[in-house]
Amino acid sequence: MTAPALATAALDETAVALPVQEPARVARDSRPLRLITCGSVDDGKSTLIGRLLWDTKAVKEDQAASLQRDSKGKQNDLGLPDFALLLDGLQAEREQGITIDVAYRYFSTDKRSFIVADTPGHEQYTRNMATGASTADLAVLLVDARVGLLEQTRRHATIATLMGIRQFVLAVNKIDLTNYDRSRFEQISHEFKELALSLGVRQVTAIPVSALKGENVVYDGRAAMPWYEGPTLIEVLELATTRSAQTVGFRLPVQRVSRPGESFRGYQGTVAGGSVKPGDSVVILPSGMVANVTKIVTFDLVRNAAVAGDAVTLVFDRQVDVSRGDMIVAIDSQPMTGLAFDAQLVALQAEGIQPGKRYWLKSGSRRQRVQVQPINQLDLQSGKWNHADELPMNAIGKVHLAFDEQAIFDAYEQNRTTGAFILIDPDTNNTVAGGMITAKRATLGGIHAEDSRVILSLPADLADQLMATEIFSSRREDAEVRRVTAARAIEIIDTIDE
Amino acid sequence: MPHTHPETELHNPQSTKPPLDPHLKALENEAIHIFREVAAEFERPVMLYSIGKDSSVLLHLARKAFYPGRVPFPLLHVDTGWKFREMIAFRDEMVEKYDLDLVAHTNPRGASENVTPFTHGSALYTDIMKTEALRQALDAGQYDAAFGGARRDEEASRAKERIYSFRTPDHRWDPRNQRPELWNVYNGMIRKGESVRAFPLSNWTEVDIWRYIQAEEIPIVPLYFAKKRPIVERDGMMILAEDPRLELLPGETKREEVIRFRTLGCFPLTGAIRSHATTLDDIISELETATVSERQGRAIDRDQAGSMEKKKREGYF
Ligand SMILES: Nc1nc2c(ncn2[C@@H]2O[C@H](COP(=O)(O)OP(=O)(O)OP(=O)(O)O)[C@@H](O)[C@H]2O)c(=O)[nH]1
Ligand SMILES: [Mg+2]
Repeated sequence: MTAPALATAALDETAVALPVQEPARVARDSRPLRLITCGSVDDGKSTLIGRLLWDTKAVKEDQAASLQRDSKGKQNDLGLPDFALLLDGLQAEREQGITIDVAYRYFSTDKRSFIVADTPGHEQYTRNMATGASTADLAVLLVDARVGLLEQTRRHATIATLMGIRQFVLAVNKIDLTNYDRSRFEQISHEFKELALSLGVRQVTAIPVSALKGENVVYDGRAAMPWYEGPTLIEVLELATTRSAQTVGFRLPVQRVSRPGESFRGYQGTVAGGSVKPGDSVVILPSGMVANVTKIVTFDLVRNAAVAGDAVTLVFDRQVDVSRGDMIVAIDSQPMTGLAFDAQLVALQAEGIQPGKRYWLKSGSRRQRVQVQPINQLDLQSGKWNHADELPMNAIGKVHLAFDEQAIFDAYEQNRTTGAFILIDPDTNNTVAGGMITAKRATLGGIHAEDSRVILSLPADLADQLMATEIFSSRREDAEVRRVTAARAIEIIDTIDE
Repeated sequence: MPHTHPETELHNPQSTKPPLDPHLKALENEAIHIFREVAAEFERPVMLYSIGKDSSVLLHLARKAFYPGRVPFPLLHVDTGWKFREMIAFRDEMVEKYDLDLVAHTNPRGASENVTPFTHGSALYTDIMKTEALRQALDAGQYDAAFGGARRDEEASRAKERIYSFRTPDHRWDPRNQRPELWNVYNGMIRKGESVRAFPLSNWTEVDIWRYIQAEEIPIVPLYFAKKRPIVERDGMMILAEDPRLELLPGETKREEVIRFRTLGCFPLTGAIRSHATTLDDIISELETATVSERQGRAIDRDQAGSMEKKKREGYF
């Protein structure tokens, strides 16, 4: 299928015409699919989304006219407009021809509707990519067919995976500039699938595309690439799944206590997992008090149940002390509470993450003080976790969190809301990290105190090899390592034997 | 515990409305969450109320978010003095009907220096009567958070804006340095004098707004519906000609046309469209086949490339 042409008075003659406007009948039986584009600088992310908007008729005539006007002088060899300008809406972006911050756009086909976040490729703006990734169901990772995978491609793929994205489309872009080279496409796809596997992602669809020319985006590119028989990008997006429901029990972080009069007292918040119905017994954390739900109040209905995503007001059968930041949870499936947790995070600001510094941590509606101890940093080239005492900007790291007061979390894998947090620097008030809880930590002197330990004395090269292994580096923080001379090692071991 | 309940909603016997479709429901839930979060985290929130369709939806969502309580913050209307007559009447009716606190502010320079859209041109007029007026009103009320009805699908620079949009003490937006905003965890920490603009409708499109107005039976200003009205053509726009302050220029004539408005602002700067849409169904089907975007009817957005971003950096909504 090729796009039917329609000449529009507002457009100049050399320009491609807008596709015919057909009524966009939006499927509304599900929530929209949220996707991001990511990948390295200039790989064509914004052009791809611009093309997607253009070919799905999400661009109106007046917007097309401004696009033509703004593309003047910047037109490429093909005489096509600069589709990236549909996304790069900031003056600074237009001047520099790069994306700085994430743009959110909305479009639909007759099968479903989409929210797309076009993220910047530039390393300096990784924080804005992370912003887009945190809520996405699917990532379209772009690679320039001439260049292949770069460190930034790996960084983005890793951040997307950490944030829970399990569906990837690999768009091998600018395929037109390789003479539609099939072997190049296959080589890059293969390389990426290996990377994806090492990240634990199995769902990858690789597509050769020309974002600029619109091949294999909405319309197929068979004319130029008869060798490719797979789906177009839009076909993959139409079939993708939205992130499934959370797998743990009922969770409601309390945002507000509503007390409009003496007779009413309700707890307002958005259900962050599971479901609840009148008559259910719930626990309020961190206090541990128990109550029964008598009513689920909303503006126009009194409900007989509320499920994840619903913004509701709960009423209890008894007077209990509940305040903002508390969490109301299922009695038979409670989250972890404690003073120490393990987490992974992405450092988002120039100051990085400093060891021992006290930050604000916000998760759901709860904000509390936390001390952050960096443990490991991911080496993007090797995929290995190396020991780290602090995390520089854009680093992906593993950390220990130590709280003054009880914290309440689920593992991020289990619940994307109650397992997620941001760190706020109390000096600047800026958001400096996005983090995901991996596990609760036994506090110092806890269960590990009684465990037996083994002291090994090894040649330095063997020790280095051991420490580079996955199993070792994943528990690096549990090990004590000292480098000494061979003579000193014998001395020490001898004293143990005595 | 099951994740979906077969009968999630028990209908209020008084309500005849069918339940919202999942798409609108998700948007509504997100907006209510934002309303509650801001109301809980900030000391002096305010809601900017421009009386248009987006404001009508915003107000409806605020009422839902805090039900059974009252809306716990005032509404601020920046009145340029050049709004459509029917808008002001509608505003006062809403305030009365829903027991709202309204703060209306007009920049005194409008009267003292006789600033009008005709004498000062749309750009300078907007600067003084909207941007400067908004800053005056926000300073006077010492508001630390202001809700707005902006949507990301309206314009390319708005598509870049966060849901919590940080502003300096002089109300500036720095698009190059926005705070990261991950998941739905919002960072509301500010110093004294700084503020946040919060946009609960960020992820709504124009069609979503209309579908929601229809599904929820939300009252809107009648100017959105087609009717025979007096107009005059100026700068390629059809302007409503009912206000005595509108003086006809040489060559201009008043005539009647069946028109409606797709967006509402100051009447001398807002173009009408020819339309026979007299019901919400008509409006929605008109929209689905529309070939131009809604902002086309607004003079201020056409002034210069990047004009919206420039205005926002200077403190316009
Ligand atoms: N020939 C050809 N050029 C392309 C294609 N896709 C993008 N380009 C060009 O590549 C350049 C960069 O495209 P952008 O879309 O701005 O790249 P980006 O990935 O969004 O860049 P950042 O957001 O700054 O990281 C532009 O000049 C595009 O016209 C393609 O498929 N073929
Ligand atoms: Mg870009």
